[in-house]
Amino acid sequence: MFRYIVRRLLQMVLTFFGATFLLYALVFANQEDPIQALAGERPITQNVRQVLTERYHLDDPFLTQYWYYMKGLLTGDFGTSLTGRSISDMMAQAWPTTIRLALMAIIIAATVAIVAGVISGIRRGSIFDNVTLVLTLVILSLPIVVLAPLTQLIFGIKLGWFPPTTGADPGFFKLLMPALVLGSLVVATELRVTRTSVAENLRSDYVRTARAKGLSRQRVIGVHVLRNSLIPVITLIGVDIGQLMAGAIVTEQVFNIPGVGFNLFRGIRTEDGPLVVGFVSILVIIFLVVNLLVDLLYAALDPRIRYE
Amino acid sequence: MSDIQAATAEEQPDAAAPEPRHNAKRDKPRSLAADAWADLRRNKIFWVAAVLVVIIVTMAIFPSLFTSANPRACTLSRQHSGPTGSAFFGYDFQGCDVYARTIYGARASVEVGVLATLLSGVIGLIFGLSAGYFGRWVDAVLSRFIDIVLGVPFLLAAIVLAKRLSQDPQNNGVVAVIVTLGVLGWTSAARIMRSSVIAAKNQDYVAAARMLGAGPARLMMRHILPNSIASFIVVLTILLGINIASEATLSFLGIGLKGDAISWGIAISEAGPYVRVAPTPLIWPSVFLAVTVLAFIMLGDAVRDAFDPKLR
Repeated sequence: MFRYIVRRLLQMVLTFFGATFLLYALVFANQEDPIQALAGERPITQNVRQVLTERYHLDDPFLTQYWYYMKGLLTGDFGTSLTGRSISDMMAQAWPTTIRLALMAIIIAATVAIVAGVISGIRRGSIFDNVTLVLTLVILSLPIVVLAPLTQLIFGIKLGWFPPTTGADPGFFKLLMPALVLGSLVVATELRVTRTSVAENLRSDYVRTARAKGLSRQRVIGVHVLRNSLIPVITLIGVDIGQLMAGAIVTEQVFNIPGVGFNLFRGIRTEDGPLVVGFVSILVIIFLVVNLLVDLLYAALDPRIRYE
Repeated sequence: MSDIQAATAEEQPDAAAPEPRHNAKRDKPRSLAADAWADLRRNKIFWVAAVLVVIIVTMAIFPSLFTSANPRACTLSRQHSGPTGSAFFGYDFQGCDVYARTIYGARASVEVGVLATLLSGVIGLIFGLSAGYFGRWVDAVLSRFIDIVLGVPFLLAAIVLAKRLSQDPQNNGVVAVIVTLGVLGWTSAARIMRSSVIAAKNQDYVAAARMLGAGPARLMMRHILPNSIASFIVVLTILLGINIASEATLSFLGIGLKGDAISWGIAISEAGPYVRVAPTPLIWPSVFLAVTVLAFIMLGDAVRDAFDPKLR
C-alpha cells in the first residue's frame, strides 16, 4: 500500500508538470506582443514597455518564464486578470457557489444512479431495466449545450417550476435545477456501471454463500452486493469531476450563477488570457488531487486489490 | 467524453439465448466483419441510427435539397416573426430563416466531427500500434504521455488550445476546432488499440508469420492490424458523436466556429438571451444537435455490440 501511494504520487507529479507545461506553452509561447495587446490601440511609451517587460519577465527564455509561472502556482499566486483583479481573489469569491452546485449535482446523480442501477441490476431484462437503459442512452446523447438551455426554457420559463436564473448568492432551491442539469451529465455512466457491477456480483460465490447461510434478501443485497458494487462507482465519481467542471462552465453561464465556470466563460469571451490560464490551472490541479484521493480510497475500500 | 465509452464498455447485453440456426451447417466460416454485419442487419437500433445518419449526412452535403432559402439572407425587419412560407420555424433575432440556418448548420457539425475523428484515429493508431507492438521503453514513454493528456480535463484543454489556434479573426475557425478536437480526443482510441495489439501479437499466427521471415512492418500491417482494429473502429464511431457535441459546446462558448460560420452551437448561444421572447431559434438547433449526436452514439453502440466478440 505504501509503495502504491508513493508510486501514485510520483505519477501525479509527472502528470502535473506535463499538463501545466502543455497548458503554459499553448497560451504563452510565441505569442504576439502581449504588451501591445494589453494596451489595445493606444501607443505605449518606452518606459512603460520596459517596466512591464521586467515585471512579467518577457525577455527571459521560455523555460525561465515557465519556472516563474510554476513558482507562482506552487506558492498560491495565480497572477492577475487583465482587469487587474487578483485571480486568487476571484477564485475565492467564486468557489463557494460552485462547490455548492457541484456537491448537489454529485449527490443527486449518485443517489439516482445507485438506486436505479441496483434495481435494474437485480431485475435485468425487466421493463424497468430496459426503460432505464434507453433513458441513459438519451441522456448520454444530450450535449450540455442542449440540455441546459432547454431545461431552462421548459421548467424555468414555460412551466415556471423553478427560477429560470439564479443570480448572486443562490440558495438550495435556486440551485436545484442547475444541479439537476449538471448531475445528468454523469448520472447515465454511473447508473450503467452500478447496474453492471450489481449484476456481476449477484452471480458471485460469496453471494451464493450468503444465500446458502439463509441470510435475508435485504441483507444479501444491502450489505454484501451493494458494498462490493459501489467500489467502481466511487472511482467513477472521481473521474466525473472533470466532466462536472466542463459542464459547470456552460451551466453556470446559462443559469447565470456567479461561480468558477461563469468567470471562466467571461474570461474566454473577453479574451482575458491570464484569467483563463489561472482558472484552468487551478481546475487541473484540483482534478489531479481529487483523482489521487479517489485512487487511494479505492485501494483502501477494496482489500482484494494489491497494488504492487 | 470518455464517460460514454466507459459506460458502453461496462454494459453487457442481456443474455438472450441465441436463436437456433437451422442452416448452421451450411454456413461457410465467416470473417469477423461478415459475422458482425449479419448481427447488425438484425438490429433495429442500427437501422434507425443508420437512416438518421444518412439523412444528416445528406443534409450536410446537399443542404439545398432541404431548403431553397438562403441562410445568410437576413432582414432585420423580420426579427422574431413567426413561420411564413418556407421558413417553417420562423425567424431569429437577426431576422434570419431559422429552418434554413438549422439545415445548413449540419455541414459544420458533420465536417468537424468526421475530420476531427479521422485525425484522432490517425494519432491514436500510430500511438496505440507502436506502444503495443514495440513494448518496453517505447510503451512506457507513450503510455506516460497518454496519461498526461488524459490528466487534463478535456474541455479545459480544448478551451486553451482552441483559443490559441484561432487567433486570426478572418478565419471562421473550422480548422482550429478540428485540430483541437483531433489532438485531444485520441487517447482512449490509442489505449484500446494498444491493448488489442498486445493481445494479437502473442497469437500463433503472428509467430508463424515471423518464422516465415516477415519483417516488423509486414507483421504490423498484414497480421496484427487487421485482427486488432475492430474495437478501435468502434471507439472512433462513438467518438464521432462526442466530437459533434464538443464542437457545439466550443462554438457555444465562443471559441469554436465563429465569424459568419453557421453552426448549431452558435445558434443556441445566440438564441439564449432572447429565449423568453422567441424560443424557436433555440429549440430547433438543439433538437437537431441532440438527434445527430444520438444517431451517431446509437450507431456506435450497435456496431460495438456486433463487433465485440466477448459479448456474443
